[in-house]
Amino acid sequence: MALKRGRGVAAINYPTGMNLGGDPTHALVHSTPTGNFMVSLSSVDLGQGMRQVVAQICAETIGVPVERVIVDAADTDTGPLCMGTFASRGTHRIGNAVIQAAREARQVMLEVAAEALEVDAGDLETDGEGNIQVKGAPARAISITDAALAAHFRQGRAISGRGIFLVPRSYPEAATGAMKPATCYAHACTVAEVEVDDETGEVAVLSLKNVFEVGRAVNPKLVEQQLVGGAWMGMSHALYETTEPYYPSREHGPTDFNMYLMPGPGDVPRIETVVLERPAPDGPYGAKGTGEMCANPHIPAIANAIFDAVGVRIDTLPITPERILRALQERSRRAAA
Amino acid sequence: MPKVAIRFTLNGSEAAEFVESGTTLLGALRDKLGETSVKGGCLQGTCGACSVIIDGALKLSCLTLAESCQDARIETVAALARGGLLHPLQRAFVETFATQCGFCTSGMLMAAKALLDHNATPSREDVIEAISGNICRCTGYEPIIQAILAASRAATSTAA
Repeated sequence: MALKRGRGVAAINYPTGMNLGGDPTHALVHSTPTGNFMVSLSSVDLGQGMRQVVAQICAETIGVPVERVIVDAADTDTGPLCMGTFASRGTHRIGNAVIQAAREARQVMLEVAAEALEVDAGDLETDGEGNIQVKGAPARAISITDAALAAHFRQGRAISGRGIFLVPRSYPEAATGAMKPATCYAHACTVAEVEVDDETGEVAVLSLKNVFEVGRAVNPKLVEQQLVGGAWMGMSHALYETTEPYYPSREHGPTDFNMYLMPGPGDVPRIETVVLERPAPDGPYGAKGTGEMCANPHIPAIANAIFDAVGVRIDTLPITPERILRALQERSRRAAA
Repeated sequence: MPKVAIRFTLNGSEAAEFVESGTTLLGALRDKLGETSVKGGCLQGTCGACSVIIDGALKLSCLTLAESCQDARIETVAALARGGLLHPLQRAFVETFATQCGFCTSGMLMAAKALLDHNATPSREDVIEAISGNICRCTGYEPIIQAILAASRAATSTAA
């Protein structure tokens, strides 16, 4: 009986956005009288940072500092349609809708500025700091605040834009079954190191070394945050989480989430993560997103590491001490027979 | 049911209310005193979201009866920031991205404060022990551990 170490590797291709398509997100952008830009969405930020990413994408497209963008994603009764923040579709689908809306708003903003400056809108550019200027003649400029005031109170124009992003639904061809399940793939690879106690079946995850390819990391710190939290979640899926843990008698089973097992702060392994950026052609500024992928490669990597450590392959999640012990027992029984 | 008068110091100010006997401190704080910085999670003492500091000690407000807190000194997360300036722990939580959905954050900060109040230079193991009664579903704990260690280092270097 001993503590046995093992190492496992797993790599994944991960489609961001709901498979099959047919899931739109609608975004509206409008300027306030003082030239702040409001993004209206029904997309919910669950803490993953969707609002921040949307604000950055909108600011980049319109050409204003990110502080001038306000994201209102509060109310599905009154906001434009979003199929939801799930299936890792936030950055990719919502981001694309926001770009479309922001482009339209930017165009109106430039037309308003053109009229105020008595130039052609095609000759104008934004300086990214809150001004619109004539290309090559930055002294000929108007601040975005003044442009928004002019739009509202002199020109009577709405600086606003509409965007909707829809990947048309894909159906399988009857004859071949061929279809296009997704348009955008991210990738990841994890190497897991574990220590398995072959007497108790307990697994300690020692380290998770990850590489994630996410398109463009719109906000690198948020990507890192997702990936660190996700590594813990992946480990949790691999070893702990189930709503129906096995009990000989169901009456002894868990009755609510207070009894739902997850690793605690003392179980956190050493996590190292490298982010690779390979911009996606159909991603907002090349972004694919991290999403659920952030908790995926660790699961097979840990299963493989357990196999490497004690020689049993467990294909049912979570990989509990009991499952490991039963598999070890079964193996010795076969060896004896 | 007869109501019970409760009176204690909440974040430095006197607070008084009439509550039904058996009301938890969590219920009194949130529903009677409007102190919604304290979060109710499991309401059974397993998640730590409702953690507050009572007379210097970390307590679960969902398992504490309001009437047992007569004349106590109660601190919630709302007491941490001073005059618009974030507490060093709050700053560290922001800087290390130790909060995502934010539901555990109030309790985590109080657990961290209780630790640093008693041990200004905790080890990683001390920090893990201190937050082991608080569940976080988003961050994977590591950023929270890093935040508390960073706040401790910052406080120690300022003092030195």
